[in-house]
Parts: sequence; structure tokens; C-alpha cells
Amino acid sequence: MARKKMQGAEIVIEALKEQGVTEIFGYPGGAVLPLYDAIFKQNQIRHILVRQEGGAVHAAEGYARSTGKVGVVLVTSGPGATNAVTGLTDALMDSIPIVCLTGQVPTHLIGNDAFQECDTTGITRPCTKHNYLVKDVGDLANVVHEAFHVARSGRPGPVVIDLPKDVIMAMGAYQEAGKAPAEKYSPRVKGDQSAIAEAVRLLAGAKKPIIYAGGGVINSGPKASKLLQDLVKLSGAPCTLTLMGLGAYPASDKQFVGMLGMHGTYEANLAMHGCDVMICVGARFDDRITGRLDAFSPGSKKVHIDIDPSSINKNVPVDVPIVGDVGSVLADMIKKWKALKPKQDQAALKKWWGQIDQWRAKKCLAFQQKGDTIKPQHAIRRLFELTQGRETFITTEVGQHQMWAAQYYNFDKPNHWMTSGGLGTMGYGLPAAMGVQVAHPDALVVDIAGEASTLMNIQEMSTIVQYRLPVKIFILNNEYMGMVRQWQELLHGGRYSESYMESLPDFVKLAESFHAVGLRATKASQLDDVIKEMIEIDRPVIADIAIDKLENCFPMIPSGAAHNEMLLGPNDKAEKPISEQGMVLV
Amino acid sequence: MSEPSKEVNRHTIAVLVDNEPGVLARVIGLFSGRGYNIESLTVAETDHVKGQSRITVVTSGTPMIIEQIKAQLGRLVPVHKVADLTLEGAHVERELALVKVVGKGEKRVESLRIADIFRARAVDSSNNSFVFEIVGAASKIDAFIELMQPLGLSEVSRTGAAAISRGNKPI
Ligand SMILES: Cc1cc2nc3c(=O)[nH]c(=O)nc-3n(C[C@H](O)[C@H](O)[C@H](O)COP(=O)(O)OP(=O)(O)OC[C@H]3O[C@@H](n4cnc5c(N)ncnc54)[C@H](O)[C@@H]3O)c2cc1C
Ligand SMILES: Cc1ncc(C[n+]2csc(CCOP(=O)(O)OP(=O)(O)O)c2C)c(N)n1
Ligand SMILES: [Mg+2]
Repeated sequence: MARKKMQGAEIVIEALKEQGVTEIFGYPGGAVLPLYDAIFKQNQIRHILVRQEGGAVHAAEGYARSTGKVGVVLVTSGPGATNAVTGLTDALMDSIPIVCLTGQVPTHLIGNDAFQECDTTGITRPCTKHNYLVKDVGDLANVVHEAFHVARSGRPGPVVIDLPKDVIMAMGAYQEAGKAPAEKYSPRVKGDQSAIAEAVRLLAGAKKPIIYAGGGVINSGPKASKLLQDLVKLSGAPCTLTLMGLGAYPASDKQFVGMLGMHGTYEANLAMHGCDVMICVGARFDDRITGRLDAFSPGSKKVHIDIDPSSINKNVPVDVPIVGDVGSVLADMIKKWKALKPKQDQAALKKWWGQIDQWRAKKCLAFQQKGDTIKPQHAIRRLFELTQGRETFITTEVGQHQMWAAQYYNFDKPNHWMTSGGLGTMGYGLPAAMGVQVAHPDALVVDIAGEASTLMNIQEMSTIVQYRLPVKIFILNNEYMGMVRQWQELLHGGRYSESYMESLPDFVKLAESFHAVGLRATKASQLDDVIKEMIEIDRPVIADIAIDKLENCFPMIPSGAAHNEMLLGPNDKAEKPISEQGMVLV
Repeated sequence: MSEPSKEVNRHTIAVLVDNEPGVLARVIGLFSGRGYNIESLTVAETDHVKGQSRITVVTSGTPMIIEQIKAQLGRLVPVHKVADLTLEGAHVERELALVKVVGKGEKRVESLRIADIFRARAVDSSNNSFVFEIVGAASKIDAFIELMQPLGLSEVSRTGAAAISRGNKPI
């Protein structure tokens, strides 16, 4: 039977529909006009018009991370594509599934320095999981189907499809996803059974175990979080999470020892340092976690569960590597544990918890809210307390406020915390919050922000207002690039080179100029009222919270230091001056 | 885990890829972007029906780096198979070089004599030059080129290594 021919642009939209896409974040231009025309002629897929393409990718990231679905972006050729590069890199670093359609000049002009031409596949090759340049309308549908498969399978990531204008204007036949040729990309999901048995044996025999879990648990889906809790409960081990993993294990549970790493808790880092068995679940031994590599958890046997073989033995050599999906491997571990009914050394575990409780007694996150000046920690804590009992999603920008959010806002569920961890992209949080709100129209979505970061994608306020997204921008305003200032104090004798934020806008008026609501708290006594009002208003809000300008983020492991060389507060000076080796690290 | 070995070794790695645009750029970009070393890299289509090419890359690194290189190659979407021929038992490795030697008299005769010893063939000659074709392991070609140096070596073109495992099994 002869298939009905369609225009390339319609084939793309049809394939998106078949892939279950209901929202696209994008910005038009000459090269993608046929796609915009195809969007115009249907009403199954909603297009969200951003104000800068960078915002579209972050919005799609927030959308993806909060739903588990693939986020979709549509941008034009040349500057549209180059504006998307930061977001694509961000998604690659944080393993976020994105499909980004980019317009391209017609095939006969490629390589000609044509108007708004750029080598999109060349530019995005190192910052995508995979990319395609489609040269034949006959390939279009299959490429779109394959792109979704690649974006969401294995270790998720961003995929670019570059679409020359003549290809999306040509007529061709549609191919259904099911009828596409066998998918060539199939990462391993099930873990090796003997390695899993060895992992169970190690965990069951441990005297000082720890379970260190990360973003891979979130990537694997809510079921993996549940299984992680089951394994932590079965083993009686303490659990720590990376920045990317927050929410994978309930923060309110007593076996949770907090986030680990550079700004992690004293107890989490010392438990990592002193453990005898470490089970790493979907985390990647990032340098924010390990500190000085040769001093990282020197006495432990290490098990690493990861779907990407390149994450294993990359920074830290491990004893038991398990390549597979977190959910599948944890299910197998639990099954084996239950069959084995291991006899654990309860006395040793009790002693270990006694030690952990001593570390906890340091109360490394304690702070004092005295007087009028609002402490940032207090602001986050109150935000947390006043948003309890609601479906709340938190996004962040990058800086001190991000770390305070991680430390003082507790997450009990996965997919409710969106932050730029790997790339650390200022300007992520506002558009990401927009994407989250698109996916969850009735939820409370708060971007915990710094004043400097907020200005990096402030134009998206316009999008937020256009689509009536009641996003809340909660700015911890210290009038500094606080995180930069903190490092200048630590490494450069307190010379605040270019880290003071001059000429800030009046954020209340700024909100109002976008037809949103502006609120401000300058005294501790005003904080609760502002937070409550912010939550109650069913419109977008910028809440400008004037915080203690010179507050720093603690605990902190200075760069190049080991876990047991932590700074707990401003009066804690590093025992050794920071080495030159440490200085070169970021 | 005991200290991993810091010893740097040379590895020959065979990579089967879909013969599609950009695949070579992906592989080369991976090496340059991540700071891995490439001693040689060869590529050509080897299976016309399946549309697959075989890349042979000779690299060096500590065991941890070599493991990373293979894992990083393996996660590229158009890559079907990565085989470390150095680790997976014996293999045959060959390179072809074209070597131009310019000279007259004694030196010219001497170059021909050495070529004979190395089983290099003269594939072009003029009254004051030869182009030799030599096939062998990289070390043999290195040795040949070194001997040609004083005899009027003028230009060298090398293919880089092609390699395949010994025995009846494919990679
Ligand atoms: C200013 C700043 C400070 C920071 N400080 C800290 C800090 O103090 N502590 C901290 O933890 N982080 C910190 N970070 C974040 C840090 O840079 C890294 O982004 C983070 O630690 C990485 O988290 P992760 O190890 O969970 O890995 P992710 O980046 O989330 O990677 C997930 C891993 O899981 C694997 N995976 C994915 N899907 C699956 C699956 N289905 N099954 C199995 N495996 C899977 C992936 O292959 C990957 O290896 C900071 C960032 C910034 C910007
Ligand atoms: C796009 C980008 N540029 C520069 C940086 C480096 N950087 C990290 S934190 C930071 C300051 C952030 O300031 P602000 O948003 O006010 O947050 P604060 O640290 O004050 O809470 C800077 C400049 C970055 N992470 N991202
Ligand atoms: Mg600031």
C-alpha cells in the first residue's frame, strides 16, 4: 500500500506526537518556519514561546527532571542553535533527557557560510549524547524516533536533530515508531549476578557500611528510590546523597546523614572517610565528592552500580563494578539479601552508629538567627517549613544560595529538586522553574535564587507571565556573587575582584514591569509574611529577600583537601594553608 | 582497592562503527577532548552490506586510562564493538609505509640493498630516487626509515596500524 506523503515538517510533528510529546519549548526563525507552520495547524502539542533559546533548554530540563519524560526544544539555525549550547552541555553533565530540534540552511547551502548557518552538529558533538543531521526526508521519522530512544535510554542525555530547511519542506512518507528498524542502541540494564552477590556479601559483612547514592537513582525512576529505601532499611546502613540525588532517599529519615561532598555534612563526609564498605548507587565520584583523591575513603571496599561503564573506575578505582540500571540492580540485591538472610555484626553496626551520632552532635548545620538581619539559612528553613503539606518543587540558580537550599530544604521525594550540578549554570533555575510549572500547573514551584544568577535569564519572566505560570523567584539577595566572594576570601586574601553586584535593579519594580508581583523582606520580622504571601498569590512572584551580605557557606572542604580536613565555620582556619595543587582546582 | 598501576602501556584497539557522517569526528573529538593520546588511527569501510567501518587506534596510557578510553568509545551511539587487541590474546599488526629516498651512486645502491633485507619493494624509481613500499610492524618501519636517513630519505607516508586477532575467532 502506498503511504500517504506528508511534508517533512509534518512528519516531524507526527513523530513527536507518537513519542508522546505534549509540550515544546522554542523560538522561531527563518530556518524553522515550516515546523512552526505545522505546529500552527494542529493542537495536540503546545508550544511555549521562550524569550531566549537558552531558556528553552533549561525549561525543557526542568520539565524532564520533574516528570521523567524527555524535554523537547525547537530552535532556529545559527544563533538559535548556538544559544542552545549552554543548556545542552548542562543536560549532558546532569544526564537529563532532551531532544533539541535545530533548523539548518538547505542542504545545498551547507558549508557555504550561508545566512544564519553554523556547523550545528560540529558545535554540539561534544555537548550532546548524540546528534543527527538529516539529509533525506525519508529518514526523518526514524531519526526522531531513534533520538527519543537514545535520549531516554541508558544514561539519559541531550540529542540534537539538525533539520535543513529543504528536508522539512520536501514530501515524504511517515514511518511509525514500531515499524522503525531494530534499535541499534541498547545499553545494559541487568547487572551481573555474581557481582551483585558479591556486593550483597560485602554489605552484609560490613562493620561500617555506607550507601552513597546520586542522580542515577532519580534517572532510574521513582521505583528505584523506593528500592534504595528498602536496601538501606534492610542493611541498617547510613545513607548519604549527592547534590543530584537529593530526594532519592527521604531527608526526614534517621538513617539519612545528609548530603556529602564539598558542602556536605560533617557526618556524611566522615562516614565516607571512615567506612569499610561503600555502596555507590548511581553516582559518579565527582571531584566535589571525593576531595583529594589519594585521601578518599582509604580503608573501604567499594561497590559501584552505574549504567554507564565510563563512570566506573574513572576517578576512583572500585572493587566490585556493576554495570546496570539502578532499579534493576537494587531489586536483584534485595532479592539476594532476602534469600541469604545474612547474619550481620550488630555490635559493630551499633558502634558505627554511635560514632556517627558523635559526628552528628557537632551540629555542623547549626546557625543562629539573631536580630534583624535575615540569615540565608533561616530564610530557606522558613521556606521549607511554610511549604510543608504542599506539592512543592524547588529549582535553584548557582552559588551559595544553591548550597543553602541543598542543606536546609529537605526533600523526601525524588523529582522535586532541580539544580544545575555538573556544569553549575547560573541562570538555570528561573527557566527550569518555568518548565516544571508547565508540567505541574497546580504545584508550587519555587526558584531559590541569587540576585546575580537571576539576571542571567530574567527575560523569561515574560514567558512566565504570558503562560500564567505562577512561578516564585525567591532571591537570597546578598548583593554579591557570594560564592565567588567566599572563594576570594579563602584563596585570594579577601580581594573582592569584580564580585560585588553594582547597580542592581529594584527587583520589586522589575517584577511589576513584567506584570508579576514583587515582594520584599529586609528584616527577619518580615520574612514569614513575605513567604506566606508569595505562596498564597496565584501569580508569578519575585520575592527579594535581603540577607546577611557576608554570610558564607559551611561546612566546606577546601579544594585539594581530604574529607577529614573540613572547615566547619568562619572561625575554622584550614590546618594547612591551601596548597598550590588545591589552588588550581575549581 | 589497592593502588592502581601507573605503568603506561601501548594498546591497539579495534572499533567497529556505523559508516555514517561524523563518526570519525566523534572518535577523534573524544580523544582530543579528553586528552587521550593517539599514536595512530586508521579507518576504512570493512563491511559494505552492513555499512560498517573498522577503526584501528593505537594509544597509550595507564590501565585506568585505557579502560576509560574503551568505555568512552563504547558509549558512542554509532559504535558497535570495542576490542582491546593488546589484552585479548595475540594479534597481528601491520602498517604500510611509502618511503622516498633521493640519492645517487653508493648511497642509491645501499638503499636498494637495505630495502631488500627489509623486503621493501621499489614501487617507483627515477634516475636519482626510489619510492619503497614497506609493510610490517611499526617498529620495523621505524628501523627502515632510520637506516634510510643517511641515504637520502626525503619523504615518508605511513598508513598507521591495521590489526586483527590471531586464530579462528573474530573480535
Ligand atoms: C557550586 C556547586 C557546589 C557543589 N557542591 C557539591 C557538594 O558539596 N556535594 C555534592 O554532592 N555535589 C556538589 N555539586 C554538584 C557536583 O558538581 C556534581 O554535579 C554532583 O556531585 C554529581 O552527582 P552524582 O554523582 O549523583 O552524579 P550525576 O551527575 O547525577 O550522574 C549520575 C550517575 O548515575 C549514572 N546513571 C544514570 N542513570 C542511571 C541508571 N538508570 N542506573 C544506574 N546508573 C545511572 C550515570 O551514568 C552517572 O554516572 C556542586 C555543584 C555546584 C555548582
Ligand atoms: C554562567 C556562569 N558564569 C559564572 C559562574 C561562576 N559563578 C559561580 S557562583 C557565582 C556567583 C553567583 O552569585 P549569586 O547568583 O548572587 O549567588 P550567591 O552565591 O550570592 O548566592 C558565579 C559568578 C557560573 N557558575 N555560571
Ligand atoms: Mg548573590
